[in-house]
Amino acid sequence: MPAYLLARLYSAIWVTFGVVSLVFFLIHWVPGDPVEVMLGESGASADREALRHALGLDRPLLAQWGGFLGGVAGGDLGQSLYNQEPVTRLLAQRFGATAQLTGAALLVALVIAIPTGIIAAARRGSAWDIGAMGFSLLGVSIPNFWLGPLLVLAFSLGLGWFPVSGREAPLSLVLPAITLGTALAAVLSRMIRSSLLEVMGEDFIRTARAKGLSPWQVWVRHGLRNAWLPVLTVLGMQLGALLGGAVITETVFNWPGVGSLLVESIQRRDYPVVQGVVLVISLCYVLINLATDLLYARIDPRIRLGQA
Amino acid sequence: MKTPGIAGLVLGAWILVALCAPWLPLHPDRIALPEILATPGGNAWLGNDDLGRPVLDRLLVGARTSCWVAGGVVGLSLLFGTLVGSTAAYLGGLWDRALVMLLDIFMAFPGILLAIALAGLLGPGIGNLVIALSLVGWVGFARLARAQVLSVKQRDHVLAAQALGTRRRRIILRHLLPLIAAPLVVESTFAVAAVVVAESGLSFLGLGVQPPEASWGSMIRDGVRYLLVAPHLVLAPGVALFLVVLSVNLLGDRLRDRLDVRGART
Repeated sequence: MPAYLLARLYSAIWVTFGVVSLVFFLIHWVPGDPVEVMLGESGASADREALRHALGLDRPLLAQWGGFLGGVAGGDLGQSLYNQEPVTRLLAQRFGATAQLTGAALLVALVIAIPTGIIAAARRGSAWDIGAMGFSLLGVSIPNFWLGPLLVLAFSLGLGWFPVSGREAPLSLVLPAITLGTALAAVLSRMIRSSLLEVMGEDFIRTARAKGLSPWQVWVRHGLRNAWLPVLTVLGMQLGALLGGAVITETVFNWPGVGSLLVESIQRRDYPVVQGVVLVISLCYVLINLATDLLYARIDPRIRLGQA
Repeated sequence: MKTPGIAGLVLGAWILVALCAPWLPLHPDRIALPEILATPGGNAWLGNDDLGRPVLDRLLVGARTSCWVAGGVVGLSLLFGTLVGSTAAYLGGLWDRALVMLLDIFMAFPGILLAIALAGLLGPGIGNLVIALSLVGWVGFARLARAQVLSVKQRDHVLAAQALGTRRRRIILRHLLPLIAAPLVVESTFAVAAVVVAESGLSFLGLGVQPPEASWGSMIRDGVRYLLVAPHLVLAPGVALFLVVLSVNLLGDRLRDRLDVRGART
C-alpha cells in the first residue's frame, strides 16, 4: 500500500502545482489588463504606472509566478478588483451554497441511478431495461440550462410548488438539485447497469449460484459488491462535470454559489476572482479524485498490491 | 430499430440548414414591434421574440452557429489532439512522460469550467469561443490517441516499417493512424454533442456569440425572462438543441457498437 499511496500523492501534488501554474499563465496570457479595469480608459499614465507598481505587475513574469505560488500556498489569492475584498473571503462566503447544491445533486443522481441501473441489469432486455436506458439517453442529452427553465415552467410557474430562484426558502434547493443531478443520474445508471452485467457474467457468480445461494444473495453479496467498484471511479471523475455544471445551474437559478460568482466576475473582468474560483473548483476536483482513488485502493486489494 | 433513421434525418437537416443558411430568405434581425412576443401560428410559424424578431429565422441561424462551432472545434481538437497524442506515444520516453503530465493537469479542470473561464477572459465572439473550446477539447483526443498508439505500436507491420527505415512521420500517418481511426471517430461523434451543448451553454452565459447574432443558448437566455407569457421563446431553441444532441448521441452509440469500440466513452 505505501508505494501506491506515495505514487498517488506525488501525482496529486504535481497536478496541484500544475493547475495553479496553468491558471496563473492563462490569466497572464489572455488579453486584458487589471489596471485598465480598475482605472478605466481615462486614467493618467502616471497613475497607471503607480498602480501597476503597487500591484506588482511591473515585476518579471517569473517573479510574479513565484509570488502567486507562495500566495496560494499561504492561502492568499489576492484581492478583488471590483470591491477590494480578499478573494478567499468572497470564496468562503459562496462556497457553502455550491457545496450544498452539488451535494444535493449527487444525492438526486444516486437515488435515481442506483435503482434504475440495478433494475435495468436484472431485467435485461425487458421494458424496464429499455425504459431505463431511454431515460439515460435523454438525461445525457438534455442541457441543464434548458432543463432548469423547463422545470421552473412546470413546477414553479405552473404548479407553484417551488420558488423560481434564489436560496431563501428551504424548498428552493429542489429544482436546482434535480437540474444539476439529472445528467449524472443518466451516466451513472448506464454505468451501474453495464458494470453489473459484466460482473454477473463472471465465474464466481456461477459458483455462487451452483452452491445454492438465493438469487438475492448472489446479486447483492457477489454482484453488487463487485460491480460498484468501477462505478466509484466513474463517479469520482463525473463529480468534475457536476462542479462545472454547477456554474451554469447556479446562473439559471440565481443560486449564490461560487459558480455564479465566476460568471459575475467574468462580466466585471475581475481577474483575481476568476482565477480564485477556477483554482478552488479544480483543487476540489483533484482532492475528490485523490480520495476516490485511495478509497478504491482500500476496498480493492488488487489495486493496493499493484496487480491491476 | 427506426430511431437511427430519424436521428440521421435530424442531423441531415441541421447540417443542411447550416450550409444553406446564407441563401435562405431569413430575416433573423428584422424587428417588428407589433409582433412582440407573438405566439406561434400567427404571422410567423414559431412566433416572435421580445423584439418582435421571427423565432424560426433565428432558430435556423442558430443552427448554423452551432454547426460551424461544432465542426470547427471538433476538427481542430481532433487534428491537434491526435497528432500530439500519437506522436508522443510513438516517440515514447521523455516526450510521452511530458504529455502525460500535461494531460493530467488539463484533466484536473472540469472541462466546462475551463471553457467558461477561457471564453470569459478571451472576450466574447465566435472565434474566441472556438479557441476556448478547442483548448479544452484536444485533451480527450490526445489521451485516446496516445492510449491507442501504445497498444498498436509493437505490431509486426510497424516493426517491419521501422526495419525498412521508413520515416517516423510516415509510420505515424500511414501505419498507425488508420489502425486507431475507429475509436477516434466514435469519440468525435460524442465530442460534437458535447461541443453543441458547450457552445449553447457559453452563449447562455453571455460568453458566446454576441447580439444580434443568434445562438440557441442566447435565445434560451433571452427567453427565460418571458417564460410565463411566451414559453415558446425557450421551448423552440431548447427542442432544437435537444434533438440535435440526442441524435448525435444516438448515432455515437450505434457507431460505437458497429465499430466495436469499447470504453471510448462511458
